[in-house]
Amino acid sequence: MPVALQTFRRRTFWHRLDVRGAPYAFVAPFFVVFAAFSFYPLLYTAWISLHRVELSSMDLMEWVGFDNYVALWEDERFWNALANTFTLGVVSTVPQLLMALGLAHLLHYRLRGSVFFRVAALTPYATSVGAAALVFTMLFERDFGMINWLLGLVGLDPVNWENDKWAAQLAISSIVIWRWTGYNALLYLAAMQAVPAERYEAAALDGASRWQQFRMVTIPGIRSTVVFTIVLSTIGATQLFGEPLIFGQGPNGITGGADNQYQTLGLLLYEEGWKNYQMGRAATVAWAMFLLLVLVFVVQRAVRRLASRPAGARPVLSRSGQS
Amino acid sequence: MTTDSLQAPAAGRGPAAPADRARPPVRRRRFLRPGAGRQHHAGPVAYALLIIATLASLFPLYWTMVAASSDNTRVSQTPPPFLPGPHLFENLGKAWNDAALGKAMTNSLIVAGVIALSTVLFATLAGFAFAKLRFRGRNILLMLVIGTMMVPPQLGVVPLFMMMSDLGWGQQLPAVIFPTLVSAVGVFFMRQYLAEALPDELVEAGRVDGAHSLRIFWSIVLPVARPAMAVLFMITFVHAWNDFFWPFIALDMTNPTVPVALTQLSAGYVRDQSLIMAGALLGTLPLLAMFIVFGRQIVGGIMQGAVKG
Repeated sequence: MPVALQTFRRRTFWHRLDVRGAPYAFVAPFFVVFAAFSFYPLLYTAWISLHRVELSSMDLMEWVGFDNYVALWEDERFWNALANTFTLGVVSTVPQLLMALGLAHLLHYRLRGSVFFRVAALTPYATSVGAAALVFTMLFERDFGMINWLLGLVGLDPVNWENDKWAAQLAISSIVIWRWTGYNALLYLAAMQAVPAERYEAAALDGASRWQQFRMVTIPGIRSTVVFTIVLSTIGATQLFGEPLIFGQGPNGITGGADNQYQTLGLLLYEEGWKNYQMGRAATVAWAMFLLLVLVFVVQRAVRRLASRPAGARPVLSRSGQS
Repeated sequence: MTTDSLQAPAAGRGPAAPADRARPPVRRRRFLRPGAGRQHHAGPVAYALLIIATLASLFPLYWTMVAASSDNTRVSQTPPPFLPGPHLFENLGKAWNDAALGKAMTNSLIVAGVIALSTVLFATLAGFAFAKLRFRGRNILLMLVIGTMMVPPQLGVVPLFMMMSDLGWGQQLPAVIFPTLVSAVGVFFMRQYLAEALPDELVEAGRVDGAHSLRIFWSIVLPVARPAMAVLFMITFVHAWNDFFWPFIALDMTNPTVPVALTQLSAGYVRDQSLIMAGALLGTLPLLAMFIVFGRQIVGGIMQGAVKG
């Protein structure tokens, strides 16, 4: 008897430990790796940015306080890179998301071969930055690139895509647009398919045209996904690096063109750390990028709060909802 | 650019199932007036636009193939060639040797494979815990996971670089593998999937039978989670294969991954355009092959992860 009782006790002890402890053990790997390789480096970046550290002697850290930040603030290249990152971000994100919305709308029809169209739209996403940038760099080649040849066909002069600031930024943006439009379109499509059909019925009963339905039913229905893709694309745009690097073909890549005409913050970070060997300054650029992102989202939230109307402002919905 | 498919709660369909098959059949058979989005058949205009979009998506890849199978004079002639030339395998061979692509391919396979495996394993473990187990602090921890998605991993590159040389992993694959062993997006994805796909009764039954948590995970959760795991594996593999910024910093040309090796081609000392294109084609082929075979599942997985419930 006592023996049986003992085994029973032991079992309950182990059982309790298992029920209590196992969940923590299951989620632990994620948090451990994240803490070690993402969170700690982020904080440590801030610490390094207050020091002078050279790539060749990384264990020698000389405290300089906010000197790096002051230097960055007074550095023209920083403002140039900031402006480039912003313009590249806008030029690559806005058309990308608008086109994705249109493409999603098309894919939302009943189609023959819908799987084929979806896979085809997603194919660029499977192409690495490296490969995509190489191909586009070649298409945008000044002397024998296909783009200039096409321009010539319609009687326009060839464009010097690499040296002209706006042309270069447009070319680089087109790489980003090509790679990500289909991916975003699929996210929108998934959200569109989740919009209840009843809402469309109700809208049709109310006499809404197709366009009105798109505006009054589809867009509100996928609003959260749209916000979400804006967030993702913004994060992506701040970190633009591979496209301009490869577009510059060699030494011009890191500096973002001979006159830094398309140098992004990511490139500047790399240049400071791994070309000028100033890790402290590179960390300063990284931290500035982070602060910039935070700032963008704070502004975005504020704008959204101002722009969002109460849900009652959607007349279309007033007659639906009995599913 | 690590743009993972972040998600809002999914509507509980197997990711491998095409979205419309899993919809309640009632909705599809119901007679609808014109205007209900999905029920519309695409007209000729819609098809024409879709074909243009498809051409725009595929043309750069097609042209890569054309250029990779030509020689330099043919690539740079006007008008440019639109049909493949005879030099494909010769160029592929040259690019393979010139850009150290053989080693890069092996490296990329190792890196992407290990990252995808570990991401799937840890995401399934954590996703199961968040979806089906009760523990103190669960919601706070889940909020933390979601919060970490907003932290771009690249911002820690300077200290990461220092850490890796301290650990003796400078220019070694572990430097690229370790920081991306887990993914918040993956955890969230699995949590959403298991919350819908795994009945509570199954977990309860396992408990009643006296199985401990790992046993339940192994015999009950894994079989249910398999389709979602396959999709997560593929998506993670694609991202890991294409990851550029950190590998470019952490590795050098003697031991590169494919995207890093490709920069070698554009860096100026190979000025042979057809060779550059051959390299680009080689670096993309493995993923393209995966897309041709599993495209439907990958599309399903990305869409699955995006639905707002």
